Amino acid sequence: MNKRALESRTLVISVVFVLMAVIFIIRLFYVQVLNDKYKLDADNNSKRNITEYPARGLIYDRNGKLLVYNEAAYDLMILPRQVPEDLDTNSLCKLLRISKDHFIKKIEKAKAFSYYKSSIFEREFSSEEYARIQEQLYKYPGFFVQTRTLRNYPEGTAAHVMGYISEVNTAVIEKNPYYKPGDYIGKSGIEQSYEEELRGKRGLRVVMVDVFNREKGKFAEGIYDSTAVSGNDLELTIDADLQKYGEQLMQNKKGSIVAIEPTTGEVLALVSAPGYDPNLLVGRERSNNYALLNQDELKPLFNRALMAKYPPGSTFKSINALIGLQEGVITPSTKFSCNNGYNSGRFHMGCHSHPSPVDLKYSIQTSCNSYYSNVFRTIVDHYKKTETGYSKWRNYVLSFGLGTKTGIDLPNELNGFVPNIDYYDRYYRKGGWSSLTIVSLAIGQGELGFTPLQMANMATTIANRGYYITPHIVKKVGNKRVEVIDTSIYRHETGIAPKHYEEVVEAMYDVVEKGTGTSARIDSIQVCGKTGTVQNPHGEDHSTFIAFAPKDNPQIALSVYVENGVWGSRWAAPMAGLLIEKYLKGKVKREDIEIRMLEGNLIEIPKKP
Amino acid sequence: MRNSTSIFYNLDWFTIFLYLILVFAGWLNIYAAVYNEEFQSIFDASQQYGKQLLWIGTSIVLGIIILFIDERFYNTFAYVIYSVVIFLLVLVLLIGAETKGATSWFAIGGFKIQPSEFAKFATNIAVAKYLSTLNIKISDLKTKIVAAILIFTPAVLILAQNDTGSALVYGSFILVLYREGLSGNFLVIGVATAFLFVMALIMRNEIFIFPFDIQLDGTILLIILVGLVCALLWYLNRKSKQLLVIMIAVFIASAGLIKSVDYIFNSVLEPHQSKRINVMLGLESDPKGAGYNVNQSLIAIGSGGISGKGFLEGTQTKYDFVPEQSTDFIFCTIGEEWGFLGSLVIIILFITLLLRIMYLTTRQRSDFARIYGYGVACILFFHFTINIGMTIGLAPVIGIPLPFFSYGGSSLWGFSILLFVFLKLDSDRMKVL
Ligand SMILES: [Zn+2]
Repeated sequence: MNKRALESRTLVISVVFVLMAVIFIIRLFYVQVLNDKYKLDADNNSKRNITEYPARGLIYDRNGKLLVYNEAAYDLMILPRQVPEDLDTNSLCKLLRISKDHFIKKIEKAKAFSYYKSSIFEREFSSEEYARIQEQLYKYPGFFVQTRTLRNYPEGTAAHVMGYISEVNTAVIEKNPYYKPGDYIGKSGIEQSYEEELRGKRGLRVVMVDVFNREKGKFAEGIYDSTAVSGNDLELTIDADLQKYGEQLMQNKKGSIVAIEPTTGEVLALVSAPGYDPNLLVGRERSNNYALLNQDELKPLFNRALMAKYPPGSTFKSINALIGLQEGVITPSTKFSCNNGYNSGRFHMGCHSHPSPVDLKYSIQTSCNSYYSNVFRTIVDHYKKTETGYSKWRNYVLSFGLGTKTGIDLPNELNGFVPNIDYYDRYYRKGGWSSLTIVSLAIGQGELGFTPLQMANMATTIANRGYYITPHIVKKVGNKRVEVIDTSIYRHETGIAPKHYEEVVEAMYDVVEKGTGTSARIDSIQVCGKTGTVQNPHGEDHSTFIAFAPKDNPQIALSVYVENGVWGSRWAAPMAGLLIEKYLKGKVKREDIEIRMLEGNLIEIPKKP
Repeated sequence: MRNSTSIFYNLDWFTIFLYLILVFAGWLNIYAAVYNEEFQSIFDASQQYGKQLLWIGTSIVLGIIILFIDERFYNTFAYVIYSVVIFLLVLVLLIGAETKGATSWFAIGGFKIQPSEFAKFATNIAVAKYLSTLNIKISDLKTKIVAAILIFTPAVLILAQNDTGSALVYGSFILVLYREGLSGNFLVIGVATAFLFVMALIMRNEIFIFPFDIQLDGTILLIILVGLVCALLWYLNRKSKQLLVIMIAVFIASAGLIKSVDYIFNSVLEPHQSKRINVMLGLESDPKGAGYNVNQSLIAIGSGGISGKGFLEGTQTKYDFVPEQSTDFIFCTIGEEWGFLGSLVIIILFITLLLRIMYLTTRQRSDFARIYGYGVACILFFHFTINIGMTIGLAPVIGIPLPFFSYGGSSLWGFSILLFVFLKLDSDRMKVL
């Protein structure tokens, strides 16, 4: 090969050099100038949006007693990228007290979410558990702890009122842009109805992190940062002592107690039995506990106070008396006879033995079925058409807040039921029913279904001699009284004259003084009440009682409903008496009755054959 | 004898200038790569940039010493230097320290010396000496064999140290041999074989799906593609019967190579052996998942945009997302903080240096100096290509430093010696008769 040919190879090699440089430049131009993907990736790598969770509002009772506060909890986080392949799984499982299968499932889940981003591995360890785990955690790279807050209920009371919080589900996230995965939201009770007040405002910090996820300072000097604003504290209308006492009285029983301050509509106690300790629905055991409660056949999660539809029984007679008086079909001195019941043609409705005939006062005191069958039929029939009379009657009933939602500031309240004309037209046929067909409404039976809250509201309306204020459970949001912010709280009138109420109130006073409700009698307080014994086709009859006290200037009105309590006078009336005594006197003197109530167990009673 | 002033007078100051710019640019980028708030002083000797400054200083001293040594020394003692380095390469295998699975270090005091970084210089000087010997013709089989032994001995020893990258550098001597008369076919065959080998490794586990539900495994697809290329080459010159024969031979040889790669990996090697080869070639990069390093590197460079994020502002670099960022992946820092413009400048600087060296070879009267110069250019070129190619996803992840840039005393010394010896030979070119 000649020298010149070889010299040309110097040029060939130089050209190869230049070609390589050109290839690199083209590639760099593509990667750095034309393609934007890598800029985003670099941001994803090093920018972290860190949510600053605001403290959720605290909740107090009407006397300033703390009912809910926040407690630090610790989520164990995982960053799959940093988890070594030879991780000592067995010892970590032991430390966390979880099974290996569970561990593997969680690891897979975290990896599926992201290999490079951290996610929650196990939630909500308590401070004690955290202390134990933290000591050993350095042995397991890729795991670290993030704090968050959990609710704690120092009084362990009013679980149904409080409700609970849990992680938002995807449906909520899609509907409401405020929520991000991992956020908590109120799922029932006031946690749900006052969610927006309680949650506060989330803050955000944008920081730079390195490859080990260590914070390296603010992004863009913090111009995208915002501080978290704590949620508003709530003051409830609930009296925690009364509430607790009600829960104790209802232990081992099914039913409900609702107490209301008549002049304000403030709910003093709202008991649904059986209940549960609200602390069960907090922390790592929540889902287990929830499942157990949910499977319990006594349905402890079911808020009977707002959702159970019970017939009011004889407590409803007071209402029929008021309607009769207002409609002018009776006067206080109108008498009806009763021969162990009401007879019309071949129809017979039984009554117990008592002197006859009966006037208004005595009819309430002795709870005469015959009297109210007559009153009810007269109300309906003194109009030309049954339908007209019935809808007149029905409108009075509705004006007591019965059969429709009261509008209390709690979720999941049900309407209750007062049949309308359509219902009877469908059930019988148009024109196929008369006052006699539906006469069981006279004594609070038949199709009627009221919630315990509605029955308490009924007592409230009588106590107020004709009106009620929308019942509510929150008194103050932050520093503001709830009446100021909530326009749904106002005075509802019944349209029945106060003088008629006086008649009924006196009669109810007699019930407690010398009638069916004497077990509610308290020496120094004038208590008015009305018993009810509700026919129950599925088992023992239900025991119910509505009451208020003192007779003049009432401070408390309440309804007590004890399932399978047989007679209104057996359980509901004495309990109502104890609650009134507790609330007005601060302390119960009649200990024999108290013990009998506390020890009573109606849950194991076998069903009627 | 001339005095020292005239040594500096004849020196190629342009090359020195390029050298200094590259070295100091490297140092700035090392500072940026390992920068953190705790150690802000750029001269902190406990940090890599502080140490690198020490290496730069000593390299310059070393360069000056080299310039003072008589140029005949290198020619005369070429084989001695080569033998000493080979001895050291053997010795390091026996008593060397192990880091990251490679036994390539001597730990002397607090310092680590890596003989393989000096072996490039030694091999180059020996090859130049041998090829410049009178009456040596590369067309002789004996010459080829001797040259191959000179080149492959250090390569094999370095491979034995588990430092695949540094061993592969010796492949760059094929360009030197080509310049000295080795048939271009060798170059083509060499490059093509390497290419097919890597492609076969990459594709052998892939399944390709084509329309009409045709599925081909990678090995078969590769053979078909080679066949198509051969057919096309013959078709362009279809009157030549000789070419037809050659193309058929090429096709059979390629198919054989591809199939045997597949066969060896599937049936001969143990799984852990084939995995190791894949890792060495950067095909199965690391436990964090395939391509993690390259991806982070691309993110760093790509996010730099046109003009970069600014000095010390690279988030990928500063927050350690890029692996080995002061050594093998130093180019990421340039790409991220200085952007396309900075990268362009560095590439132009390198290419200018390489072309300058090639230009300087043309003015040598001595074959020894001339061939030595080719070696310098080719070794630097190989490092440049593989290192930058790897960071921008064009070359497999083979850990070799970017000359003058990457952190490391041995490599900077090695490259400085390599370059300054050539500058010395060049400055004394007039003395050669
Ligand atoms: Zn009667």
